[in-house]
Amino acid sequence: MTFINYASREINCKIVYYGPGLCGKTTNLQYIYDSTAPQAKGKLISLATETDRTLFFDFMPLELGTVRGFKTRFHLYTVPGQVYYDASRKLILKGVDGVVFVADSQEERMDANIESLYNLEENLSTQGYDLNNIPYVLQLNKRDLPNVIPTDELTNELQKKGEPVYEAVATNGSGVFDTLKAVAKQVLTELRKG
Amino acid sequence: MADTPFILQEHQFHKLKTVLERLRVECAARVVFLIDRDGQPIAFNGEIGAMDTTSFASLAAGNVAATSSMAKLIGEDTFPSVFHEGERESIFISIIGRALLVVVFDERSTLSLVKIRTKRGSFEVAAILDEATEDSAAFRVNQNSFFTEITDEDIDSLFS
Repeated sequence: MTFINYASREINCKIVYYGPGLCGKTTNLQYIYDSTAPQAKGKLISLATETDRTLFFDFMPLELGTVRGFKTRFHLYTVPGQVYYDASRKLILKGVDGVVFVADSQEERMDANIESLYNLEENLSTQGYDLNNIPYVLQLNKRDLPNVIPTDELTNELQKKGEPVYEAVATNGSGVFDTLKAVAKQVLTELRKG
Repeated sequence: MADTPFILQEHQFHKLKTVLERLRVECAARVVFLIDRDGQPIAFNGEIGAMDTTSFASLAAGNVAATSSMAKLIGEDTFPSVFHEGERESIFISIIGRALLVVVFDERSTLSLVKIRTKRGSFEVAAILDEATEDSAAFRVNQNSFFTEITDEDIDSLFS
């Protein structure tokens, strides 16, 4: 839920990166963290297992600048992608203002993408949201790998409502900021619409 | 659609700060935070030193979300409070509707004192937050010039 504080003149929004295990959600956040000026970001918090798999969530606050005198701060979260962490995923979606679905473009991960997308719709609905009415962006990640499904085929399969689709290689940052900008813009536009 | 924004107006923010200040003194605490259950820091009073308050808020909300879900799994509706005891510093978290009241205290205070004082302060905090929630919708309808005045250029300028 967007939180607007008139005393400190701040707008705070929550964006969640969703997707199957090992699709690159944490890598997206890590790239944003590494490429952002220190004064614009807080710490990157990772609640991860010993093998660096996300256990609960990753979190980083990002300040984008001011709109009409209000500081805009985006709280970026990832969910754990592994199927059995569903309870944690539900919790992290609470109060969400915008969602990025990070799809793994590799052929063998297609079923995992579909399952995770279905899980996203279901968990959003548990929290009282509808994917069709929430700021949402689809990212097709890992486009640099050899065994990827063609973009139009992936888009046909995964696009839900004409949302913006971005190709990405999160490890080198390609498409990462385009994705973030697209979802942040939708969140702020939604705020304006009321 | 995402939730309606929660708008905290200046006078409500200052009322909350006053309650937190009094609560910190009464609890003999190091710092008292008010945090939205979604992890957004709302206000605090006390010594924070170099503490990263944004991360602290996010983790406190995650902590409460996890323990509340654990409560449901064992047949409890929720745990209305959570306590973490450290060697020097301890944390007491009390759930007040949409918010969390978090008291960080050391050996100068005790858990029982913090619990008693927090309970009383909770009612005041809840009343102010209820008022802010009710006002949020009306405030947007009546005085939403700030929102409608945001232009595409304003939004684009954030990413330039």
